[in-house]
Amino acid sequence: MVEKKNRMSNFGNTNNNKLVVKSSTANLITIRKFINNKASLFGFSKDEIEDIVLSVDEACTNIIEHSYNSKPNFDIEISVTFSKNKFIVKIVDYGESFEPNSLKDMDIELYRKQRRVGGLGVYLMKTLMDDVKYTSVKNKYNQVLLTKKLAQ
Amino acid sequence: MTEFNTSIKNIGDVTVVYLNGFLDAHTAPVLENTFSDLVEQNKFKLVVNLKDLIYISSAGLGVFMAFIEKMRENKGDIKLTSMNEKVFNIFDLLGFPLLYEIFDNEEDAVKKYGGEKK
Repeated sequence: MVEKKNRMSNFGNTNNNKLVVKSSTANLITIRKFINNKASLFGFSKDEIEDIVLSVDEACTNIIEHSYNSKPNFDIEISVTFSKNKFIVKIVDYGESFEPNSLKDMDIELYRKQRRVGGLGVYLMKTLMDDVKYTSVKNKYNQVLLTKKLAQ
Repeated sequence: MTEFNTSIKNIGDVTVVYLNGFLDAHTAPVLENTFSDLVEQNKFKLVVNLKDLIYISSAGLGVFMAFIEKMRENKGDIKLTSMNEKVFNIFDLLGFPLLYEIFDNEEDAVKKYGGEKK
């Protein structure tokens, strides 16, 4: 218990819980290091950390490719919050709006048959995280909340 | 420091491609170029050794999807070998073991091409 408490207090500096990077794929490595660090401090296992890191990578890759059409000089804001046993990553961009309901649950069987290349990222996020919630406010911003629960 | 690179070894008419490092949306074009170069050289029988691949995202998986048909149309294949447990889990989540032959070690994957010739 003591160890866990210490971890939480290390984690609790809100100023350090936000990262803003430009929309270049070159920054994915920076994003992964940031999330790896935060998820480690929260107390996740190695496997869980890797799941969260991959999910955030997929979300940011989608923002770069779709919201910003692969233009590298726009902002992606990543912030980490926690409440009780929930680790929540909020990712905001100011690119093209979209219809969140269009991100239907992917039919992995159909995917295999069609040998499609795109669309794997959302499937991975939904599989690896406990909750994935997209919000898109037209001409303002897009937001995705990725939540992972720490096993009690 | 390089995030990701590939290297090549020829064993008879089989080409072994070694992946090293982190394969994400930033580095996926490196692998695309490697595969494209091999296609240009009419090398379609590939064994991809993932022993030193630390990380893969869907952008990296997409490169395999983009080239598998091309290799098979030309009597080749992309056989995968020596992947670590985490990388295998990602492949497995997406059902890749049904699409690709996956081997524990490189020799078995290379031998499989020999077997197919007969």
